[in-house]
Amino acid sequence: MRTHTPRQRLGQGKRRHLLPLYFMMIPGGIYLIINNYIPMTGIVMAFKRYNFKTGVYMSPNVGFDNFKFLFATKDAWVITRNTIGYNLVFIVLGTVLAITVAILLGELRSQLAKKAYQTVILIPFLISIVIVSYLVYAFLNTENGFINNSILAPLGRKTVSWYSSPQYWPFILVLVNIWKGLGYNCILYYATLVGIDREYYEAAVIDGASRWQQVCHITLPCLKSTIVILTLMSIGGIFYSDFGLFYQVPMNQGALLDVTNTIDTYVYRGLMQSSNLGMTAAAGLYQSFVGFVLVVAANLAVRKIDPDSALF
Amino acid sequence: MTAKERAFQIAAHGVLCLLAMFCLLPFLLLLSSSVTAENSLIRYGYSFFPREIDLAAYRYLLVDSGSIVRGYLISALVTVCGTALNLLLTALFAYPLSRKDLPKRNLFAFFLFFTMLFHGGLVPTYIMWTQAFHIKNTLAALIVPNLLMNAFNVIMMRTYIAANVPDAVIEAARIDGAGEFRILWQIVLPMSLPIVATLALLSGLGYWNDWLNGLYYISDDRLFSIQVILNRLLTKTEMLKQASSAGASMGPLPTVGIKMAVAVLGALPVLAVYPFFQRYFVKGIAIGAVKG
Repeated sequence: MRTHTPRQRLGQGKRRHLLPLYFMMIPGGIYLIINNYIPMTGIVMAFKRYNFKTGVYMSPNVGFDNFKFLFATKDAWVITRNTIGYNLVFIVLGTVLAITVAILLGELRSQLAKKAYQTVILIPFLISIVIVSYLVYAFLNTENGFINNSILAPLGRKTVSWYSSPQYWPFILVLVNIWKGLGYNCILYYATLVGIDREYYEAAVIDGASRWQQVCHITLPCLKSTIVILTLMSIGGIFYSDFGLFYQVPMNQGALLDVTNTIDTYVYRGLMQSSNLGMTAAAGLYQSFVGFVLVVAANLAVRKIDPDSALF
Repeated sequence: MTAKERAFQIAAHGVLCLLAMFCLLPFLLLLSSSVTAENSLIRYGYSFFPREIDLAAYRYLLVDSGSIVRGYLISALVTVCGTALNLLLTALFAYPLSRKDLPKRNLFAFFLFFTMLFHGGLVPTYIMWTQAFHIKNTLAALIVPNLLMNAFNVIMMRTYIAANVPDAVIEAARIDGAGEFRILWQIVLPMSLPIVATLALLSGLGYWNDWLNGLYYISDDRLFSIQVILNRLLTKTEMLKQASSAGASMGPLPTVGIKMAVAVLGALPVLAVYPFFQRYFVKGIAIGAVKG
């Protein structure tokens, strides 16, 4: 007893002075519970026939019917293909371009030019996707658009009705995504790149290594863990899409749906039409669940190969 | 510099210049089209150089139509309040997590981190906000859902504090009798200004550019933020005519130019503020990247 009391009191005293730290987390904790955790319980909707009167939790159960209906539609395949397909292209192309530009930036001699380029390529990142859709509209609008009026017409080519020609949109969407995201991704890699010890390069130069060899044997290996982390995060998000890019930029045109409909736009349209909320919720759960499995699996794989790069 | 090196530098500048132009040219098209006279736009379409300068679109938007100015005010209000609240919640959650002596720290960290891994999805979220919290058509709808706190930002801040505020400093302040709130406010935050500035920027950008909350939860046109107005205008120029105040007597509405003018007005505040924050921004993203 005697030996315990002082230690206990010390322990309690410690706890007590730490109490304010727990208080601090209360507002954020409440917010996360409301904004994130309560909607998670709403995934039960995917197994119910939603009834406005009885609410989410009391609606009748229908088992996996919503999923059966969802996967019986052609939409399920289209939205999955589009979401994953675009994301894969974005990840591969985006990463390669961002690293290339970051390396070029790093090789520049002029500090002023480095700053200037960094500033400029980040600008598209700052603009909301709504404004991006105006920019795209200025180029592609059928009557007044720049491409039809100032490029195709003077060349004597037939003008294109862009917003009803789905064959062009995979390229347009990839271009827009790269345009908007390149600067940000590039800065992420550049930040790692400037942290690399210059001595490696000096030693390599003394050994007669060419610039290409330096990139392959110093820069890229040093960027590896950043590449892995960012790619891992993108893979975790491969079932999610930038709603604005796929809904707003193509101006919600029905003719383009086949190449612009992703899980997110599908869920939004389902929600707005309120036609079958259960099925819409099923699509949402399908997205959350597969996304979750993917990020955990990707992380597991990385932890096997290179434990230091794993996210958790 | 050797000849080879010089050739490389020139080539690198060439590539990066092209890239910079690729990034900037769309804005030039937007700006130029917004100041071009309406009939010239109808005849020749949007172009990089105005053939006939005319500010009618801006005059209309800023003088005759009250909705744009109102949208600006709403956006500004939401951005300021939202960013302040966001920073407060983020700091209050991040600081305790940065303390190595906090029992059950990992439990709270996981509680936070899990929100990045799994999402309830739009449908339950929408139903909760609209039916349990009756958030439709309130200012809170533009501030609270989704944007108030973000696990990634909290993790960034926690990492920064843990790496840059030595335990000894906090311990010393505690021995001098400072409470935890005071330590956070007077010691930890001032020592973490770079990350605070970065998160303020990211959060402010998030609020200013947000149009999703407006799309989901706002149908009352008095609460339209600038992005929501932009979003609606793109497909419905009709809305402008209705929204314009009765006194507009300047002939036909410049509908073609006005779309570009309103987009310029939406982008302008961000572009105007950006140069001042540019330094923090690049540095801040760098901090986030070094193991966020």
